[in-house]
Amino acid sequence: MAGTYAGLVNSPVGRKLATQLGLPRPATLRRYAVGEPLVEGSVLVGGLGPAPVAERVRALLKSEGIDTVDELADGDRVAAVVADLTEAAEPSDLDALRALVAPALRGLRPSGRVIVVGREPSSANGFAQAATRRALEGITRSIGKELRAGATANLVLVGDGAEANADAAVRFLLSGRAAYVDGQVVRVGPGTPTEPADWAKPLAGKVAVVTGAARGIGASIADVLARDGATVLCVDIPAAGDSLARTANRVGGTALQLDVTADDAGRQILDHATARHGGLDIVVHNAGITRDKLLANMDQARWSSVLDVNLGSILRMNEVLLADGGIRDGGHVVLVSSIAGIAGNRGQTNYGASKAGVIGLVDALAADEGLRARGITVNAVAPGFIETEMTAKVPFATREVGRLLNSLNQGGLPVDVAETIAWFSQDANAGVTGNVVRVCGQSLLGA
Amino acid sequence: MSPSASSSRSASRTSGQPRRAAVIGGNRIPFARQNAAYAKASNQDMLTAAIEGLVARHGLAGEQVGEVAAGAVLKHARDFNLTRESVLGSSLSARTPAYDVQQACGTGLEAAILVGNKIALGQIESGIAGGTDTASDAPIAVNEGLRETLLTLNRAKTPGQRVKALTGLRPSQLVPEIPRNVEPRTGLSMGEHMAQTAKQWGISREAQDEIAASSHHNLAAAYDRGFFDDLMTPFLGQTRDQNLRPDSTVEKLATLKPVFGRGEGATMTAGNSTPLTDGASAVLLGSDEWAQERGLPVLAHLVDAQTAAVDYVTGNEGLLMAPAYALPHLLARQGMKLQDFDLVEIHEAFAATVLTTLAAWESEEFCRDRLGLDAPIGALDRDRLNVNGSSLAAGHPFAATGGRIVASLAKMLHEKGSGARGLISICAAGGQGVMAILEAA
Repeated sequence: MAGTYAGLVNSPVGRKLATQLGLPRPATLRRYAVGEPLVEGSVLVGGLGPAPVAERVRALLKSEGIDTVDELADGDRVAAVVADLTEAAEPSDLDALRALVAPALRGLRPSGRVIVVGREPSSANGFAQAATRRALEGITRSIGKELRAGATANLVLVGDGAEANADAAVRFLLSGRAAYVDGQVVRVGPGTPTEPADWAKPLAGKVAVVTGAARGIGASIADVLARDGATVLCVDIPAAGDSLARTANRVGGTALQLDVTADDAGRQILDHATARHGGLDIVVHNAGITRDKLLANMDQARWSSVLDVNLGSILRMNEVLLADGGIRDGGHVVLVSSIAGIAGNRGQTNYGASKAGVIGLVDALAADEGLRARGITVNAVAPGFIETEMTAKVPFATREVGRLLNSLNQGGLPVDVAETIAWFSQDANAGVTGNVVRVCGQSLLGA
Repeated sequence: MSPSASSSRSASRTSGQPRRAAVIGGNRIPFARQNAAYAKASNQDMLTAAIEGLVARHGLAGEQVGEVAAGAVLKHARDFNLTRESVLGSSLSARTPAYDVQQACGTGLEAAILVGNKIALGQIESGIAGGTDTASDAPIAVNEGLRETLLTLNRAKTPGQRVKALTGLRPSQLVPEIPRNVEPRTGLSMGEHMAQTAKQWGISREAQDEIAASSHHNLAAAYDRGFFDDLMTPFLGQTRDQNLRPDSTVEKLATLKPVFGRGEGATMTAGNSTPLTDGASAVLLGSDEWAQERGLPVLAHLVDAQTAAVDYVTGNEGLLMAPAYALPHLLARQGMKLQDFDLVEIHEAFAATVLTTLAAWESEEFCRDRLGLDAPIGALDRDRLNVNGSSLAAGHPFAATGGRIVASLAKMLHEKGSGARGLISICAAGGQGVMAILEAA
């Protein structure tokens, strides 16, 4: 663990001291490794009434060789709880959630999971159902803050008739891939997911482009996409070409030295992907810069360079990449927003503008009839405090606060962001579009 | 090579035309001035970096290519297997064979010709040609006297013999052997040789400075339009050739003092001579089929090549004049004129090298008496010469220059369109010259 605070409180002496003083002690998070089970232990699955999603989850877990239980016996410890509240219509229905989940929390295994499944409030019939459906978000987020030892709580809202499409979301949230995804709401809608032949290679045969792939989060995205079976076209500015070459060679992909703000950047990427790899299935717009200054001191160069790299270039590249003849039907587009685009950040008006703009863009693209008809999903991740070269330069006190001000009491790793992007890129996850999932350990900022 | 050797011009081809090797792409690291950015990088570090960038650009990680041929001019004894060691340190399959080539400044181009010829003959389907040189991490050897004493000591069998061998030790033997840029048979540096030739040909200082200034301007312009974005990978923080001076002018160059030649007639300065440089380059070659299978572009084909050598020791010819002798063989074999080439790359060892070579081809006397031609080869349109700059601006890490030029010229020809032809001319120590013709695919 990179954090000095985390290192201290997990040392033998520090642990004792931290416990006595009531200081938070960051857990070592369970992260995905190829070949490991979805969860380590049995899963409590239940819900209200017929609980249609719970039924699917039992089948899914059975196919993975994971035991499920309907209720807890005394002293039982489970790795996760899945609570299907899709039928909840009255506030009094919510007690079913309490009754199912509460007994499991004390014995929840390290890096445990609580997944609440509900319905979209905006599609409710009547006031009571709308209020009840929305209440699930408050419960889930509060559970997230109550959990310890690396456990997380997330809410999955399933559209009517889209129950089958929730499998990929449940699978992701249970797994170590979602280690730093906490307190989030995932919306699953219509779409035609296709399961991979091998869940160890959910992106097999796919071609992905990752911008900003030379270092940090971008390099990690390339790693994870390649691990999941994709062929990765790695893009970064020519000046970062040496790091880019290392990434491309590590993942067995290709390197394209290119400034994403170039007028023909989209064309160059598409031509490269088509000529070298036969097409394009996954676009990850990760390239981004910061040029921080208080707005009072912000000059035009800082302002416009951030907006052009982080937002303008994406709009221009998309004109080619998302047009007919660009990304293949059924493809996936993933953008990278930021917690700063949700909560705002002092000194980051330009960055915050660009990253909030990314969310607006995801909303609009996901709603685009043309893209919907082609089965193309568009989603974004919004990283919180992630341990990178960039955050390593943040002053010590600010950095420690950033690390600790979240439910998991630690910063995330680039791989955590990458895992969420890889999940958005799965054909099995075709029901998820227009989502902005924060990878922030349930940060207090912008919550 | 004497002009009468032209009788064998067409004898080298067996029945049927062999296929042509494709130039697919290239990569080099920015060139750095001696004892500067790459002062602590070894030849192996740089060659590996050049190969790694090439591998990444073309998606060759884990692949076995037919062979890698590369070399260095200044080489440590430990680097006897430099290219193979670089391959082992790269992302290429460890089953990729490799060998070292060394032909002074012609090394890089000669390596490309070797690989290209094997592809043309169908012996391999793909290959990488490259070169690297460091003038900073130079091989310093023990003094020759000390070496002999140590070898005698090593051979000694009795204590008496050992003592006797040790009495051969002298304080003067502590002075190490440092590689020098001189011709062993004349004791003259390459610059001094060039100064003699330039004087014979009456090459003016102004003409040399013009060549140097345009080299810098052309290279800078090429950078500005992103020409090198797919030809170069940064190394150790360098993203551009360190020697490049975009603001160089003929006026500024005119203020420099001559460093080669003596007295009034001395015209060669640090500005119109290439500096000692560190760097590496690599070129990917292959058959058209191999490229097509991987969706890789074919920029150009290697059409023909010719090497020549002159007797600069006793034969009254300039050390760097060999390319002038190689050209007529190429022209005759290809049925071409110099003026048929859309682009010509003459390695700027010195600005004077370019100018004397051009002057020789224009000279009726030289073409008749030395090359055995009925008519002069004629003048070259300067607009076709080194259009994206050459060694005066980029620098010249000896063995890396060939790869730099092959990849750049292939791309330039590709931009011009199918069928465009380009000529490469590189002079080398020992009175040698290497030439090649590329044609846009």
